[in-house]
Amino acid sequence: MTPQEWGLYEYIFNGVAALLTLCIFSFLYKDNPFYKFAERLVAGVATGYFTMLLFWTNFMDKVYDPLKAGQWWYIFPAVLGVMMWTRFSKKWAWVSRYSIAFYIGIGSGVSITVYLYTYLFKQLQATIGFPITMDIAGLNQFLVIIAVLSALVYFFFSTPHKGALGFVSKIGIYVIMICFGAGFGLTVMGRVALLVNRVIFLKGYLIQLFGG
Amino acid sequence: MKKSGFKFLVVLAVSIWLTPFASFAEVISADSAFQSFPPMPIIVTVSDMPNDPGGALIVEWSIPDADSLTLASMNVYQISRSSNPDSEFESITSLVAGSTRYEDSGLEDGKNYYYRIIAFDNDNRLAEGTGGPGVPSGQWFNTGRIPILIMVVLFATTAIGFIVSAKKGYKFYVRPIAGIRAVDDAIGRATEMGRPILYVPGLGTASEVATIAAFTILGRVARKVAEYNTRVIVPNYDPVVMAVCQEVVKGAYTAAGKPDMYDANDVYFVTQDQFPYTAAVNGVMLRQKPATNFYMGMFYAESLVLAETGFISGSIQIAGTDQLVQIPFFVSVCDFVLMGEELYAASAYLSQEPQQLGTLKAQDWGKVLVVVLIIVGMIFSTFGWESFAAWFDVG
Repeated sequence: MTPQEWGLYEYIFNGVAALLTLCIFSFLYKDNPFYKFAERLVAGVATGYFTMLLFWTNFMDKVYDPLKAGQWWYIFPAVLGVMMWTRFSKKWAWVSRYSIAFYIGIGSGVSITVYLYTYLFKQLQATIGFPITMDIAGLNQFLVIIAVLSALVYFFFSTPHKGALGFVSKIGIYVIMICFGAGFGLTVMGRVALLVNRVIFLKGYLIQLFGG
Repeated sequence: MKKSGFKFLVVLAVSIWLTPFASFAEVISADSAFQSFPPMPIIVTVSDMPNDPGGALIVEWSIPDADSLTLASMNVYQISRSSNPDSEFESITSLVAGSTRYEDSGLEDGKNYYYRIIAFDNDNRLAEGTGGPGVPSGQWFNTGRIPILIMVVLFATTAIGFIVSAKKGYKFYVRPIAGIRAVDDAIGRATEMGRPILYVPGLGTASEVATIAAFTILGRVARKVAEYNTRVIVPNYDPVVMAVCQEVVKGAYTAAGKPDMYDANDVYFVTQDQFPYTAAVNGVMLRQKPATNFYMGMFYAESLVLAETGFISGSIQIAGTDQLVQIPFFVSVCDFVLMGEELYAASAYLSQEPQQLGTLKAQDWGKVLVVVLIIVGMIFSTFGWESFAAWFDVG
C-alpha cells in the first residue's frame, strides 16, 4: 500500500510505530519513562506473541495433530514436555531434570556430526583444495594456509605459548584481529543501513502527516 | 564448340542460381521426414536416491539413437510420473535441453513410481520413453560420511583416554587466559561495591556448546557470589536455559553452604524475542546498576547493544562467545573477552572437571591432526594430487 492510499487505520498504527521508535531512541539520552514504557510493552507483546506462536507451531502441529492422527509415539516427547511443569512444585521439581537431560543429550549428540561436517570437513576442503602456484592466486592460497595454521596455534591451550609456538601464536592473534576488524566494519555498515531505514520511515510518516 | 560451350555456361549459371533453392528443399524434406517418423526411444532408468532419509528417486535418461543434430534441436524435456505404467502420467516438471537427470522428492517410501520423459523441439515430440518402477527408501547409514565417523571415533577415543587419565589424577596444564583470571576479580569488585552481578547466558538453546560452557562458568560465578554474600541476576531468553540456570545457581549456593540465600526470582525468563529481550536486559543494567556484567554463550546482533549499555552504566564486562561475527563488538567494548574456544577452555579451567579437562586436551590433539592434514593437503594439491582434498568432500 502506498502512502497515498493510507486510511485512518494506517495513520494510527504507523503513528504508534513512529512514537515507539522515538521512545526507544530516547534511550540514547538516558533511561526515562518513555523508554521504560516501550521496553515493557515490546517485551510483553513479544512474550504473548511467541506463546501463541509456539502453541500453534509446536503443540498443535507436533503433539495434538499427530496424536489425533493415531501416531501414538508422539506421546513420549509430550510426556517429557509435561514433566518440565513439575518445576512448579518444590517436591517434584527433580523430575524436570530428566527432560532437560534428554533435551541437552539429544541436541549435543546430533550437533557433533553437524559441527564436524561444517566446521572441520568443509573448512579443511576449502583450505587445502587449491594449489600453491607462482602467481597472485598461489600467493593468496599461501597466505590463507599461514593464517589458518597460525590462528589454530593460538588456540592451543595445553602448551605454554613460548619460543617458536609463541611467535606463531602471535601471528595467529594478528590474523584473528584483522578478521575481526573486517567483520566489525561489515556489520557496522549493516547496522547503519538499519538506522537509515528507520529514519526514512520516520521522515516518510512526518511528510505524510504534515505534507512536504 | 561454341554452341556446346554456351550451353555449358547456361547450365552452370542456372545450377548456381538454383543451388540455394535446392538446399532449402533438402531442409524442408528433412523436416517433413521428422514429422513423419515416430519419436525416438529414450532409455529411462529410475533408482533410489542413495544415502538419504527416504522419499526420493533419481531419474536418468539417454537417447542412444539421436545424433548431435537431433539432440541440438531438442529444447525441452517434459517429465511425468505415475504409480501405474498403464494409467495416465502426471506432468511434474520440464527441464531444459541437455539435462540427463532429475531428482524427484516428496515421494512415499515403498511405493512403485514410473517416469515418462518426452523430448520436444518447439512443437514436435522428437523422443519419448518410460522407465521404472523405482521404489524410494531411506537408508540408516550415510556411507558418504564415513570420514566423519572415522574422525568422531578417533576424537572420542582420544577424549576418553585423556578423561580417564584426568580422573586418575593426572594434572593437565591449561594456559592462563586473561578473561579467566578476571572472573574472580570481577566478583570481588561487585562485593566491595555492594552491587549485584549480571550474568547473561545468551540467546542459544540449552543443547548448544557455548551455552553448556556458559552453565559451567555460571556455576563458578554463582558459587563465588554465594561465598561473598552478594547477588547474581540471570535474565533468560530460553525457558529451558532458565530451568538449567536455576538448577546451576541453586546447586552452587548449596555447594557453598548457603542454600537459603538462593532466590529463584533472580534467575528468570524475560521473553523469547531477540530485541525485546535486549531492551529488558538494558533496563536491568541501568536500574539495578550491576558492578559486573558477564555475557557468556551465543550472541547475535544484540551483542553490541548490550555491551554498549553495560559500558555506559560503568560495569566491568567479561564476554565469551563462539559467534565469530559478534566477537569484534565485545572486543571493542568489554574489558575481557573469551574468544571462541577460549570459552570452552574457561569452562574447563574454572570447573577443573576431569571430563572437561580431558576433552580440552583431546581438542588440542585434534588441532594437531588438523595442522598435519592441512600441510599434507597443501603439498598434495600443489603437486596436483587432488584425491586427498576430495576425501573431505563428504556431501
